[in-house]
Formats: sequence, C-alpha cells, structure tokens
Amino acid sequence: MHASLALLLELGIVLVALSMLGSVASRLSVPAIPLYLLAGLALGDGGVAAVPAASGFVQTVASIGVVLLLLTLGLEFSTGELMVSARRHVPSAVADLVLNAAPGAVAGLLLELDGVGVLALAGATWVSSSGIVSRLLIDLRQLGNRETPAVLSVLVIEDFAMAVYLPLLAVLASGGTWWQALIGIAVAVTAVAAAFAGSRRWGRHVNRWLAHPEPEQLMLRVLGATLMVAALAEMLNVSAAIGALLIGLTLTGEGATRARAVLAPLRDLFAASFFLSIGLAVRPSVLLDALPAAAALAAAGIVTNILTGWYAAGRDGSHTRGRLRAGAALIARGEFSVVVVSVVAATEPALAGPVVAYVLVLAVTGPLLARYLPGIAGRRRAVAPVGPPSPGRAGSAERAASL
Amino acid sequence: MALPDGAEERSALHMSEVMLPGVGLRYEFTSHDGDHLGFVARRDGYVEVVRYDASDPDECEPLFRLTTAEAEAVAEIFGAPRIAERFADLSRAVPGLDAGQVQIPAGCRYAGRRLGETRARTRTGASIVAIVRGDAVLVSPGPGDVIEAGDVLVVVGTEAGIAGVRRIVET
Repeated sequence: MHASLALLLELGIVLVALSMLGSVASRLSVPAIPLYLLAGLALGDGGVAAVPAASGFVQTVASIGVVLLLLTLGLEFSTGELMVSARRHVPSAVADLVLNAAPGAVAGLLLELDGVGVLALAGATWVSSSGIVSRLLIDLRQLGNRETPAVLSVLVIEDFAMAVYLPLLAVLASGGTWWQALIGIAVAVTAVAAAFAGSRRWGRHVNRWLAHPEPEQLMLRVLGATLMVAALAEMLNVSAAIGALLIGLTLTGEGATRARAVLAPLRDLFAASFFLSIGLAVRPSVLLDALPAAAALAAAGIVTNILTGWYAAGRDGSHTRGRLRAGAALIARGEFSVVVVSVVAATEPALAGPVVAYVLVLAVTGPLLARYLPGIAGRRRAVAPVGPPSPGRAGSAERAASL
Repeated sequence: MALPDGAEERSALHMSEVMLPGVGLRYEFTSHDGDHLGFVARRDGYVEVVRYDASDPDECEPLFRLTTAEAEAVAEIFGAPRIAERFADLSRAVPGLDAGQVQIPAGCRYAGRRLGETRARTRTGASIVAIVRGDAVLVSPGPGDVIEAGDVLVVVGTEAGIAGVRRIVET
C-alpha cells in the first residue's frame, strides 16, 4: 500500500512538472521533447531529485510510449503520400541519407564504436523529427510555400525508410549476424509490402473492423492490435517500434483521423514517459562530458541538413530563400533519434549520452534556426494590406492553432 | 502570371492540387485579377488561405486561417461544394491519382492540330479525358479530335503527368 502511495504522489508531481515544462516550451516556441529529456536527467541517478517509485513505473510504460509514438507517426502518413513523394523525391531522400548519416558515422568511427554503434549513431543523425518539423511548418505558416512539399516528402520517405533501418539495427544489436539481419529486413519489407497491398485491397475491411464508431471501442481495438503486432515484431527481433509503425501506416483515411484523435492523449502521456525514461538512464555528468562532441555533431548536422533541404527544394524549382528555409526546417531532431538509442540501449549504453545531448541541441536550435535563419539571409518583403485591414487577427489565429 | 488573351471568366480554373504529406492538401490557382492564391486544407480541419507574391512565388503571404466550421460556413455562403473534400475523395479512392485542367494558350503550336499529335499520353502517362471549349464539353476525345487555342483539357494522371501535359502545350 505504501509503495502505491509513493508511486501516486511521485507520479502526480512528475506529471505536473511536465505540464509546467510543456507550457514553458510553448511560450518559448520550442518543442517539449528536450525539456522532457532534461526532466528525466534531473530525476534520475545523479540528478537533483530522485523519484524511485515513479521512475520504476516510467521505465515500465516507456516501451508502450515508443509503440504509441511510432503508431501515431505511422497514422500521420499514408502509403499514397509515400508514392507521390517517392516519385519526385527519391534523389532528395538519398541525398538526405548520405549527407545526414555521414556525420554520425564519422563520429562513431572517431569514438571507436563497434559496427552497431556506428550504424546507430548514423541513424540518429540521419532522421529528422517529423513531429517537430511538421508542427514547425504549421506554426511558421509555411504550408503554402513552394518548398514545403519537398520538406514533407523527405520526412515521409524517412519514416518509411525506418521500416528497413530499425529492423536492421534491432537484429544486429541483439547479436544477430548479417544474414539474420537480412532476414529481419526481409520480414519487415514483406510486412510493408503486405501493408501496402493490404491497405489498398483489404484496407476497407481492416479499417472497418478497427475503426469502430464508438471512440472507446476504436481506441481499445487499435491499441490492442498495435500492442500485439509490436510484441510479434519484438519476438522476431525486429523491434516493437517497427510493428507499431506498420499498423499506423496501414490504417488510412477516416479511421486514421479518428484513431489519431482518440490516441493523442494516451500518446502524450506514454511518450512523455518514454522521453523521461531515456533521460533517467543518462547521468548528468555523462551528458556534460558528451556535450562538446554532440555540439560538434550538431553543427555538422546543421550544415548537412541545409544542404539536403537546398537540394530537395531545388528539385521543386525553389529559389535561394525557399531552399534555405527547407534546409533549416529539416534540422530538428527528436523522437526518432531517441528511439534509435532505445533500440540499442542494451548493447550500446555509451551512445545514450551523446545522442541525448545531440537531440537536446538540435531540438532547440532547429526550430530557432528555421524561424530566424531565412530572415537573416534576406529581408522578408513588406506585406501589403489586402482589402479592409483587420488588425491583430493574424496573430491571434496563430496562437489558437498552435495546440 | 498574366492571363492569356481571350481567357474569359467562363474558362475553367487552373486548379492545381499539391499533396502535403502528413499535413493535408494544397490547392492553387491564379484568379482573374492575377492573384496567385493557395488554399491549404489541413487534416486537423483548419483551412489556410495564402497569396503568392508575383516576384517570389516560393514564399506565401498568409492571409487568414479558418476553422472547419468557418470554412464550411464560407463554402455554404458561396453555394459551392467544398473543393477540398471533392479532391480528397478522389485521391483517397485512388492514391496518387490527380485530376487537373490545362488550358491551351494562344499561340500554342498544337492549336488547330489533332490531339494525337501532342502524344501527351505516350510522353507523360496522363490521359486527356475531356476537352472544354466555351460551353461545350467533348468527353473522351480521340486522337483525331482537333484542339484550339483557349480550349481547356481535363487531364487525369499523376501530378507529374499533368504538369508534363501542361509543359507540352505551353512550350
């Protein structure tokens, strides 16, 4: 009884603290992920206030957090969007992979990590945070810009590429050989292909069963199905995260929209636990030691992302400022880099410090650069008022929409 | 973008649709007055209306943002079905399939020639499913049908295919 009292109290305090951090984050227009990671650091070993009862719980539900995070990411994108994006932006995605994985791979080699460590670090620097970036484009009101489809295309292809990358990493991290990794990838690719074919052919039936009209039924069915598929994926050593991502990608249309709505609060709670647990696993002193290396990696990442955006937006005919905006938008790193660390947590514990520091730097500087860098590069033209002016409207609408 | 001569109000709109993966859809067209406008229908229900500067078409100037209820109210005022939903239904039914309209500009080298001579389908994969000439509509035109300057071709295909057809008749 006492344990549960401590758990309830500590958990309550942690959640209230997170809510305060969240409101600070939105006041400063930075994403909440880095603050959650910092909160984890503060609560963990060597932090300012240990919460032993709550941290046990947080670490238990963190795995559900990864599953929900990837499920809702999968729900954001559809196979149709991937096909349209791929038709135009496969070269952009290749440039994205080569340019952005390179700093991580080089750093991995310099840090004398083994093959899995190098692969994990390369992945952590490769993948942008779709969550942070799409939120950013909405907040900066850049959805109308010509370069925006290029940015979003790179993100959607990255997310689908995770279906190959994560199983590869998971199998190798669990001590598998290269051919076992290939089997893992084959399983995941087959599953993606089946999801593709399935969502086109039988998608209606799957959707009809999952997308029950009752919100409660919908939530239980989607969550239950996802956890089962995630467990199956984990059993095959291809990471629970990938199973969840696949379910998310398969669900489309109206069902996906409603599932997003009912799962959002759950995702917010469990994903916050996941970020906390990652922070808990890192000692603040380790983070401080890793900070210079992470800052150098982040600086390299800023350059390579700008090059990626420059190239991708250029393919759509954008000019200098648009190309710069696209590059700046892609800088933010977040959930995916942290998921990569969690996949290899058992075998590569040394990676957590540098990657958490790296995410902390880029999750904060990415949005700031996206906001100010294109403005520094050239002044925005004066906006001529159209028709009867409506003072103050634009500003208030902007706040209302940013969650 | 200046309107080509002879393009009257009745000529159909060049509404182009752009997919914004994970966020929604964007529709763009140039109004009769020459304003290049964009409408972003977000998945979360918001509709954003933006205008592009003639000097820098890359960057939009956000004009206003509407909630789902507001957008529906505006659509009802003008009595139009919600374009967003119409297009969304089409692309949901067949992912990757777009419909677009391409106007034959004055001075187009294919004006007065047969549709087959454009080799549009061979070159772009997109199909021309109708020719709109003034008030008349020629549905399912054959390769022997003649196209004229000012005609509007209704094209079905991929986004790139539709853009390809536009390039063919505009260059």
